Amino acid sequence: MAVASPDLKSGRKRPVERAVKGALFACAALSVLVTAGIIYSLFADTISFFKEVSVVDYLTGTTWSPQSRSFGVLELVFGTMIITVGAMLIAGPLGIAAAIYLSEYAPAKVRSVIKPTLEVLAGIPTVVFGYFALNFITPNLLRSIVPGCGIFNWASASIVVALFILPVVASLSEDAMRAVPRSLRDGAYGLGASKLRVSLRIVLPAALSGLVASLILGISRAVGETMAVTIAAGATPQIALNPCESVQTMTAYIVQVAGGEASAGSLQYGSIFALGSTLFLITLALNHASIRFVKRFRQVY
Amino acid sequence: MAIASRTIIGKRKRWSVLGERAASVVFLGATLVGLVALAALLYTVVAQGAGEIDGPFIRNFASRIPARAGIWPPLIGTLWLMVLVTIAAFPLGVGAAIYLEEFAPRNRLTAAIETNIANLAAVPSIIYGLLGLAVFYRALGMGRSLLTGALTLSLLVLPVIIIASREALRAIPQAIRSGAMALGATRWEAIYKLVLPAAVPGIMTGTILGLSRAIGETAPLLVAGAAAFVAFTPDNLLDAYSALPIQIFDWVRRPQAEFQSLAAGAILVLLAVLLSMNAIAIVVRNRYGRDR
Repeated sequence: MAVASPDLKSGRKRPVERAVKGALFACAALSVLVTAGIIYSLFADTISFFKEVSVVDYLTGTTWSPQSRSFGVLELVFGTMIITVGAMLIAGPLGIAAAIYLSEYAPAKVRSVIKPTLEVLAGIPTVVFGYFALNFITPNLLRSIVPGCGIFNWASASIVVALFILPVVASLSEDAMRAVPRSLRDGAYGLGASKLRVSLRIVLPAALSGLVASLILGISRAVGETMAVTIAAGATPQIALNPCESVQTMTAYIVQVAGGEASAGSLQYGSIFALGSTLFLITLALNHASIRFVKRFRQVY
Repeated sequence: MAIASRTIIGKRKRWSVLGERAASVVFLGATLVGLVALAALLYTVVAQGAGEIDGPFIRNFASRIPARAGIWPPLIGTLWLMVLVTIAAFPLGVGAAIYLEEFAPRNRLTAAIETNIANLAAVPSIIYGLLGLAVFYRALGMGRSLLTGALTLSLLVLPVIIIASREALRAIPQAIRSGAMALGATRWEAIYKLVLPAAVPGIMTGTILGLSRAIGETAPLLVAGAAAFVAFTPDNLLDAYSALPIQIFDWVRRPQAEFQSLAAGAILVLLAVLLSMNAIAIVVRNRYGRDR
């Protein structure tokens, strides 16, 4: 862009040029309009919701029971959090280990097959992961360990969410590791370090900012994940530490109410926008953190 | 340096050979977990769903009797969405990309738009559903229509198309623009006649991949009012509609094994649609290869 483009603002007028530029600008500006639309549509109904339900009750209440007008979000936040934590405990280590393999160990040919195949996982619709949880993970995997496991349980939700974000974590972490210059590795090899040591002590720390960013992005995806957790974890808002029990996430409740056609203006209708706002702010904060982290700690080679 | 070399080389040599082997096996194993899971997923779907796929399953309408149920309306709904989303999102997305990549001055406004697009790409899809519900469904009165669903998905894929198209445009060498302009072309002429044709494969690939993501989305459509049970195929924009992911969700929720098999059958059809879209993207990329 910056490469000496000649200044063409000479005598000739260019109405077409200006019109095109204006139209293209309008396209780009539309994205700002979409954001404004999101914020307006979320917050307008959220505000009318909070006129009837106190913000403090919403944020600190531990019972989510719309029938009895009790909107304590913590129960749903718990559902979202426990599934996210479970998913990250699986996808974090696996994703980074896979990234190390792909970046440091795998021969080019193997890598060129495995990486796209892994990314297929990220392209599978999440409703399919829900089906997979009900028809494979719970009956074949979980029930072989804990025979009495409920059909809707947060363990299976965590596992399928982990599968869904694994390629994201692996792929982004691998990109970060491959960006570490060859010379750093060669320096360490020259001092007699083994491959494992180079991977763990040179490449991993050098790529740290990218790894953390990939993990934060994974968390953000897990928090916003809807269909897989709706299908796999069920619809019981409760604080259940037993992985075989059902929980409900914020997203699952939104789906439940929206699918059931709550009438506009009702408290239930308002509550899904309050949850939407909460979710929007959480993911926005996570993305912001991820960008900040990369900017702050990225080492430019 | 002395400290560094000690920590890097270490002294535990006995540990090393075995440790090296074990580590590489662990790393490989971690990589294989994802692949094994993918294989298990595909196997489960095929084993349960392949038997469902036949003429009547494709051509039939939804039914409460599993043996008579089919996917015709949701399949048509999904194809409609695909066409409508392309019409709505493709020109807007590419336009925005051209503006940002070729025309935008380096100022605060541009930076704000760019940050905004990056943020939009990271908003969970269900939030777009709420946007569609509040704006298209309620405020603009489009109700449970095909148009509501298509516009909701269009907004969802817009950032994806913009980002992919910008990358494609950025890959076109600056010399092409400078050369054209040195010969007297205006900026737009250079872009329209030279840069865009060269960037088309990249733009197409990115767009198709973005579109295939949108087609698999369930949550935004569900929230913005797609119906799980429609007894007709939509033939105008304001008709109610269903879509394959919605139908799958509806079947997966039912406890009976027959409905789980129907869901698996519908998943196979959905995956086939997505696979063919991806295949087209790959063909486009290889055919008009960017080995420049």
